[in-house]
Amino acid sequence: MSFEYAPAPESTAIVKIKPTYGLFINGVFVDGEKSFSTINPATEAHLADITEASAADVDRAVRAARVAFGSWSKMRGADRAKYLYRIARIIQERSRELAVLESMNNGKPIRESRDVDVPLVAAHFFHYAGWADKLDYAGLGANPEPLGVAGQIIPWNFPLLMLAWKIAPALAAGNTVVLKPAETTPLTALLFAEICQQADLPAGVVNIVTGAGETGRALVNHPDINKVAFTGSTEVGRYIAQAVAGTNKKVTLELGGKAANIVFDDAAIDQAIEGIVNGIFFNQGHVCCAGSRLLVQESIAETVLGLLYERMKNLRIGDPMDKNTDVGAINSAAQLAKIRELSDAGEAEGADRWSAPCTLPEKGFWFPPTVFTNVSQVHRIAREEVFGPVLSVLTFRTPDEAVEKANNSPYGLSAGIWTEKGSRILEMSSRLRAGVIWANTFNKFDATSPFGGYKESGYGREGGRQGLEPYLKAASK
Amino acid sequence: MGLTTQAPSQTFSDETRTNASLTKFLHGLPGVDQVGADERAAMLSTRSIKTSAKAEGIDLAISMIDLTTLEGMDTAGKIKTLCAKAMRPDPFDPTTPSVAAVCVYGDKVAQAKSYLTGSSIQVAAVATAFPSGRASRAVKLLDTSDAVAQGADEIDMVIDRGAFLEGRYMDVFEEIQAIKVACKSAHLKVIFETGELRTYDNVRRASWLAMIAGADFIKTSTGKVSPAATLPVTLVMLQAIRDFHNAGQRKIGMKPAGGIRTAKDALRYLVLVKETLGDAWLTPDLFRLGASSVLNDLLMQRKRLQTGAYSGPDYVTVD
Repeated sequence: MSFEYAPAPESTAIVKIKPTYGLFINGVFVDGEKSFSTINPATEAHLADITEASAADVDRAVRAARVAFGSWSKMRGADRAKYLYRIARIIQERSRELAVLESMNNGKPIRESRDVDVPLVAAHFFHYAGWADKLDYAGLGANPEPLGVAGQIIPWNFPLLMLAWKIAPALAAGNTVVLKPAETTPLTALLFAEICQQADLPAGVVNIVTGAGETGRALVNHPDINKVAFTGSTEVGRYIAQAVAGTNKKVTLELGGKAANIVFDDAAIDQAIEGIVNGIFFNQGHVCCAGSRLLVQESIAETVLGLLYERMKNLRIGDPMDKNTDVGAINSAAQLAKIRELSDAGEAEGADRWSAPCTLPEKGFWFPPTVFTNVSQVHRIAREEVFGPVLSVLTFRTPDEAVEKANNSPYGLSAGIWTEKGSRILEMSSRLRAGVIWANTFNKFDATSPFGGYKESGYGREGGRQGLEPYLKAASK
Repeated sequence: MGLTTQAPSQTFSDETRTNASLTKFLHGLPGVDQVGADERAAMLSTRSIKTSAKAEGIDLAISMIDLTTLEGMDTAGKIKTLCAKAMRPDPFDPTTPSVAAVCVYGDKVAQAKSYLTGSSIQVAAVATAFPSGRASRAVKLLDTSDAVAQGADEIDMVIDRGAFLEGRYMDVFEEIQAIKVACKSAHLKVIFETGELRTYDNVRRASWLAMIAGADFIKTSTGKVSPAATLPVTLVMLQAIRDFHNAGQRKIGMKPAGGIRTAKDALRYLVLVKETLGDAWLTPDLFRLGASSVLNDLLMQRKRLQTGAYSGPDYVTVD
């Protein structure tokens, strides 16, 4: 008797994708001049035509947000909270629709969009809804004031979740926003715009302008925004920091990472293996805080790698809509090219490459879960962010060496520590220069917990009480 | 499904010389992080088993059941109906597989054997002062020998949880060894009563203790203590079985028992086995489900897959 999982596809019938989408400005969808196609990265099928916002469109959106700021910022916090709670509840009610659309446009497995992304999105709106009338306790003294209009630019790896991280605290604090979703993943942001309409959110409080780099540039450089919030690559982050220098715009940047996931010889091995897998293959490794550098103590390296390879053979790669899929599609052809380029460089530089045996679909963008061993600190795959399902394995002999290697990176977003010894967790976490440190777990996110990086991983924190600070200033009178 | 008893290829003689050396060995096993183990089991329970996979899984699960009655009120009549059900779970559909074994108290073994004549169904007997295990070693050995003499093919023994929790691992080890000898050719399943051991670290230690002492199967629970079998406890035991096999040792079987009531529960256990030990363990020789009520739900789900309609509890037999 055999027992092979039959295909278990989530139905896409719940999602109604329109042929074309306009820009969401001042509470309504408006047409623009140019448009571009958005696709499903798992099949390369065209999903919809999306409007590319021009500088003039961005200006209209900022002006709408400026007008809306007048009344939104003066509204009682408890009343702003009502809107945010309403949005959170609608997100829960429409969770399946959001999850399906997210997986279609992003390529991530439905299990993740259903069990991780969308529940966290709702949690962020609930959390910040609760803050809206308690801003006196945000850490800036009594009667803190909102900044004004926030220009927000988000990446394609967690399209809806990054939108929630940006919009929920901004609105709770009394700001209005103009948000630009990533070029390849605009659809859930546009569905969120419909949810804003459904929630009767006042016009202009949330504006969504779709487009690519030029649209983002127009937003960042617009003279009438007070705040830039960006999540994405360090390269673009650098440009933004330069662009806002000399203006009075506040800025938060959440950029790249090259996290060390450190496994000590006294770790709970089976759970560490799960943590390694979840650390790098969750969301195809398209995670800024991914545990892309495994630092394993030499004495157990062989055991850990043996178990890791066995475990990786069980990963199910393929159709993101199948409820049993563990690893979905790479988000775009460009990203796939970058992953391939860095992986080839890893091999050329002398590291050993191993990929989980799997059959990849013919259409779409795919990369097998891959491990590099015999990696040195000098290799590009040990230093540069791959942003894909590629793990570099390094070893260490002592805790000091682990700290030294972990910190030897221009990034400092996250780190993981695996040990059964509590005192070692505390000691290591005080020495690791990373904004988020997980102990005996990895890639855990919570609306109440601040998130952000050191060094080239950016500045500012999102989530929790700390996540309000970038959207508030102390009372001016 | 003939079970073959394998001898340990390595005797672990150094580890089992004294209680101190055995303690050192068991406490030197990697720890189990409870949160992580629970999470992994929860993730695997989201696997969606549909259509052909469901049909295969249901038949596989039926063929792995140790159909059990362990009540003070057990009578010859009860054993007879249980055996009839074990051989032909669905009297209307001869394609339904029979179960792996019936599991009874020692004094009911002869009756069960006679009712199962001509079938390949095994008779398992609980022994060693089941379920508490609170009796002298002599009584436990006699309990075992008696069941074996009556024809039991399999013995389900309980460990002395008191001794285990006191750190007297050597006593537990020697008792399992002694019972194994008393089993002769009968297969030995060792029950930990994981609901009393409580921690996953203890479950992993008990698993190794039983495996190096000669267990053929390791089993979660008696069914008399709550919690009985859970997915994470089973996962921890399956991982111990995998590690034992990776260390060059023989294949140990696994039996979660108690609390498995629905077809969905049963399929979740199969998923756990498949993704921890692989397809090689998906056989009644190496995996059993200790349960009784789950059979009827499996039969109803089986019928529903065939006909598209849910027949209801009046269309499966009550035993």
